[in-house]
Amino acid sequence: MLVVGLGTVLVLLGYFLGLYFFGSSIGGLVIALAVWAIMSLFAYFQGDGLLLTMSGARKINRDDHPRLYNVVEEMKIASGLEKMPEIYIIDDPALNAFATGRDPTRAAVAITSGLLQKLNRDELQGVIGHEISHIKNRDVLLMAMCSVLLGTIVILAWYGSRFLILGGATGSRRKSSSGGGGQAQIIVLAVALVFMILAPIMAQLIYFAISRKREYLADASSALYTRYPEGLASALEKLGASTGQLKSANQATAPMYIINPFHKEGIKASDLSSTHPPISERIHILRAMAGAAFSDYDRAYRQIHQGGKGIMPATARATTGVVPLAAMKPKARLEEPDEVQRARETSDVMWRLNNYKAITCNCGTRLRVPPRFKEPKITCPHCGRTNLV
Amino acid sequence: MIAVWIIIGIVAFLLVLFIAIYNSLVGRRNEVKNSWAQIDVQLKRRHDLIPNLVETAKGYMKHERETLEAVTNARNLAQQVASSGAGVRAKAEGELSSALSRLLAVVENYPDLKANQNFLALQEELTSTENKISFSRQYYNDSVLRYNNQTQMFPSNIIANMTGFKASEFFEVTVATEKEAPKVSFTQ
Repeated sequence: MLVVGLGTVLVLLGYFLGLYFFGSSIGGLVIALAVWAIMSLFAYFQGDGLLLTMSGARKINRDDHPRLYNVVEEMKIASGLEKMPEIYIIDDPALNAFATGRDPTRAAVAITSGLLQKLNRDELQGVIGHEISHIKNRDVLLMAMCSVLLGTIVILAWYGSRFLILGGATGSRRKSSSGGGGQAQIIVLAVALVFMILAPIMAQLIYFAISRKREYLADASSALYTRYPEGLASALEKLGASTGQLKSANQATAPMYIINPFHKEGIKASDLSSTHPPISERIHILRAMAGAAFSDYDRAYRQIHQGGKGIMPATARATTGVVPLAAMKPKARLEEPDEVQRARETSDVMWRLNNYKAITCNCGTRLRVPPRFKEPKITCPHCGRTNLV
Repeated sequence: MIAVWIIIGIVAFLLVLFIAIYNSLVGRRNEVKNSWAQIDVQLKRRHDLIPNLVETAKGYMKHERETLEAVTNARNLAQQVASSGAGVRAKAEGELSSALSRLLAVVENYPDLKANQNFLALQEELTSTENKISFSRQYYNDSVLRYNNQTQMFPSNIIANMTGFKASEFFEVTVATEKEAPKVSFTQ
């Protein structure tokens, strides 16, 4: 529904542009749609790798981090995704994760090393469930297309208003006045001018609204897959408490992350102008769920918003029946690695991904050998023994 | 003439509807089949993991011979009935699950075993395989629900009946220990 709104803004913008500069609405429409088509094609075929390259993510396989790989595979099975998504780790202490890939068969999930350290297994499952459902619901493609639409509107409106200010439209104005439309024509042009200024703002707000809706849906899907909304809720709590910002994020890629990478918690204004719903609200909804079905999420949402409309689409609510929650699990289970172990594990992975070799000396010291080190032997700085590389 | 066109239009519309519903029924049925296969893969993976796990645990757990044997026996039994019906299998696999959870409960008493890297890796694999079994069962049941709904709801039920789509069975856990605690009743 909102996507249609965004498209309408673009069409109207093209219409007014055409009216203003060419004296006919068709020309403007054609230009608007052409710019949009070219940009979408580019986004469709180039967008995949872009986000991963920009964020400096490193691809891992099963042996690098078995737990992460297993959790992703579990969520892949729970969601019924046909193909295992690729897994990337971003070497960044900030806490965040995102999904990418234009269709479910060529998708990837990425997680920062900071998040990997912080979360226990259930929380990790909740976060990965959220990302997998972005893939399953094709949100990646939807948001890419929407951001292209938004970009087109911003560019067209920008150029349109520049030309206007510089008086580039005199030709068409003369033509229209000689045509004898008079008063009506001026009103239309005034409307066009106002619209051109407002269009980017409107488009931005619609874009944010779409993004927030998909976030709610992804949270609900994660709860449905894991049958355990508490996992995601407690992960979001940890995410919300952190203050670090992701170095590699930007406005265009923001909707793909699990939380807004530019988040400032507690600012009410972020309601309308944010890609993500407030974290505290998402946690409240997840904790208020009585079952794991979409209808339960919807009920919890309405409960928190004191009546009003639900957030889940009616079709999604109808498809699943009564789904019980899993039993509450203890915060830290005995067999699970604690945070210190997880930190060590994660840094080991990062060293290995950077081609460092780890050698354990007989005295117990661990030596990390950089890939540029070409000597066959290395002396332990601690005890003086010589180790083979 | 107009009447003829209207009739042709209606027939064409019905034909398109028939094709669409038929194809979606086939899609749903294949989804059910695939998700069943996924359960199979995970159960087999668990069977493959257990000998290694028992072998590693044996060296440390001198006093738990019975628990270990129970796991091995349950595993062998489950493997024997792997090609029989869903009901028999579900029972054998359920027993294996409860034997395993007993084993993992006593592991807490053996700190040396818990520090063993090999065992930790196996344990992670086993935990994950257990999760995958329950997630694939969950997905199987979800897709059975979707498929059954379609075979029973109007209008797709007409086409389902015509072309022989039958409702599928859910994968129920039949072992008491895997479900909620049994109710104790004192009235005979």
